[in-house]
Amino acid sequence: MAMGMSKRILAAAAGLTIAATPVAAEKVKVGFITTLSGGAGIIGKPMKNAFELGMEHVGGRLGGFETEIFYGDDKRKPDVAKQLANRMIKKDRVHFVTGIIWSNLLIAIHGPVTRSNTFLISSNAGAGAVAGKRCSKDFFNVSFQNDVMPEGMGKYMTDKKIDNVYAMAPNYQAGKDMIKGFKRMYKGKIAGEVYTKLGQKDYQAEISALRAAKPSAVFIFLPGGMGINFVKQYAQAGLSKKIPLYSVYSVDALTLPAMKDAAVGTYGVQHWSPDLGNTVNRRFVTEYRKKYGKTPAFYAAQAYDTVLFLDHAIRKAGGVGDRDKLRAAMRAGDFPNTRGAFKFNNNQFPIQNIYLREAMHENGKYFTKTLGVVLSAHGDSYAKDCKMKW
Amino acid sequence: MDPLLLLEQFFNGLQFGVMLFLIAAGLTLVFGIMDMVNLAHGSLVMIGAYLATTFIGWTGSFLGGLALAIPATFAVGALVEVVALRTLYRRNHLEQVLATFGLILFFNEIVRIIWGPISLYSGLPDYLTGQVEIIPGAPYPVFRLIIIAVGLAVAGIIYAIVAHTRLGMLIRAGASNNEMVGALGINIKSLFTFVFALGAVFAGLAGMLLGPLTSVEPGIGEPLLILAFVVIIIGGIGSIRGAFIAAILVGVVDTVGRVALPVLLRAFVTDAAADTAGPAVASMLIYILMAAILVVRPQGLFPARTG
Repeated sequence: MAMGMSKRILAAAAGLTIAATPVAAEKVKVGFITTLSGGAGIIGKPMKNAFELGMEHVGGRLGGFETEIFYGDDKRKPDVAKQLANRMIKKDRVHFVTGIIWSNLLIAIHGPVTRSNTFLISSNAGAGAVAGKRCSKDFFNVSFQNDVMPEGMGKYMTDKKIDNVYAMAPNYQAGKDMIKGFKRMYKGKIAGEVYTKLGQKDYQAEISALRAAKPSAVFIFLPGGMGINFVKQYAQAGLSKKIPLYSVYSVDALTLPAMKDAAVGTYGVQHWSPDLGNTVNRRFVTEYRKKYGKTPAFYAAQAYDTVLFLDHAIRKAGGVGDRDKLRAAMRAGDFPNTRGAFKFNNNQFPIQNIYLREAMHENGKYFTKTLGVVLSAHGDSYAKDCKMKW
Repeated sequence: MDPLLLLEQFFNGLQFGVMLFLIAAGLTLVFGIMDMVNLAHGSLVMIGAYLATTFIGWTGSFLGGLALAIPATFAVGALVEVVALRTLYRRNHLEQVLATFGLILFFNEIVRIIWGPISLYSGLPDYLTGQVEIIPGAPYPVFRLIIIAVGLAVAGIIYAIVAHTRLGMLIRAGASNNEMVGALGINIKSLFTFVFALGAVFAGLAGMLLGPLTSVEPGIGEPLLILAFVVIIIGGIGSIRGAFIAAILVGVVDTVGRVALPVLLRAFVTDAAADTAGPAVASMLIYILMAAILVVRPQGLFPARTG
């Protein structure tokens, strides 16, 4: 009799304890996928660094909540990126998959991630294919849409009456987007349009063909190692001083230290620059330099912005539990960021300024100097095909 | 395409071709004499590139770095042969493929551990960064001319060894019928080690010359290895002469094809279609060439095997 009573008391006590324990605040889990190996590791490692710096600046907690970050190396392969995204969603149960440098990887994981009730935040890749009809309410791009930079370059070269341009890009989604975007706003004559192999290292044959076409300027999109190899070989062929070189996403704080004098005097357009004067950017650039000893490039700034974006939205929505509330907070786009002027378009891609920059060498340092605005508050050309309205 | 440009592209193809020859020479010797498929040959290219980049950094001199890297690559080649590959000679080709594939993974990882995964960029010394107008109106980079010269010189050295020395005689005999050579009392083991290490030096030299042009990172050997196999299949297994001719052929077809094909296609289809299809078809060209040659002459252009 006594045994039965104490058992029931114990059971009741246990039940009361469980009922009295408050539900623990849900931990925020974020996956960050980037490329850490091979020629592209030069881009991914600083992005991871900047992401970690951002996490430091928000005290290791996004929106004030306990946070766990899962990092993955996609080796620039779409199938590896897919496996990583799947593992992060199914095993690690992340609320956000972020990162992604390459457009072809973004396209590969866009469907699976957005269909799995997980938010996908691109910290770099901006393929037009997911900016128009395939826009998704669970996909945000905090970097840029691929075409806007070449659009800016096209407008600049048209305004400056530079005719007969030779265009080169790697033969993949982003490469084709770049040339398409350039031709959308460039009204002059195209001397040549060449698509090289993704990851190609030796451009001597293309440089010979380029010289024979006698263009007045060369426009390239060759990110990371590809650009470093091309610009160096371009200089080795004696063309740096003969045919001016214009680029998008190719000459930046990452690649300049490897290109050195070969890149000096080349022009580029970008949505961000280390010398942008807003408070957030000045803190980011200073702290990044102090911690990692190098000047950050736009990839890193975007990774840092991703942290600030998530932190602000989660804080505003009061947690990750209510996805609609969280989405509305994200859509507001009023988070502190390194670009200064920032808004979201209806396809959840940015509306921002595009600047002209020149690569320079002064006092033993290689850097890019912002010369002026080429397009202000520019939205991408795919937004009109996106049916989302909010 | 104007003839001067075609000539310039031919030079580009020649430069690529001699680079392939440096790699294919060792591969065809090993395949021909030791009857071993060595997939890890591309790794030797990578190791040569890494060693050269490191030594150039230590000595501050391009030539000094090369002078140290060449014997170092020879040593690595000999070590790999003695420790890992000796056991594979008696095995069948499939087991050799599996084992040497494992070696590829091993080398890529060890390079990643020692030097890190980020690409290394070595520069060229100032005296090698100029151009020379070998073709009027087309200044050609000096360093690439040097690569062509080195490749042709190595081809000459190999020819001299193979045709005019006792060692060369042993190599030719071994490529024809290595069992007989062993039966005649030659120390086959040492011959094999030496031949392998020599092939490693040539492959490593290709890597050392490529490094300043492009970049050095884990896995740079594999795409070149695939092309080297295409070269030795076209040229004939075991034949150095075949490897040389096939390498130049592959180099020129790949380079000229890459730039000529989109232009050629524009005569048949719209510009946009030509610009999309051109690069795709161009990357298939050398494999189409290999298939065509195999149909006509399955043993390759200059087969060496008799036994």
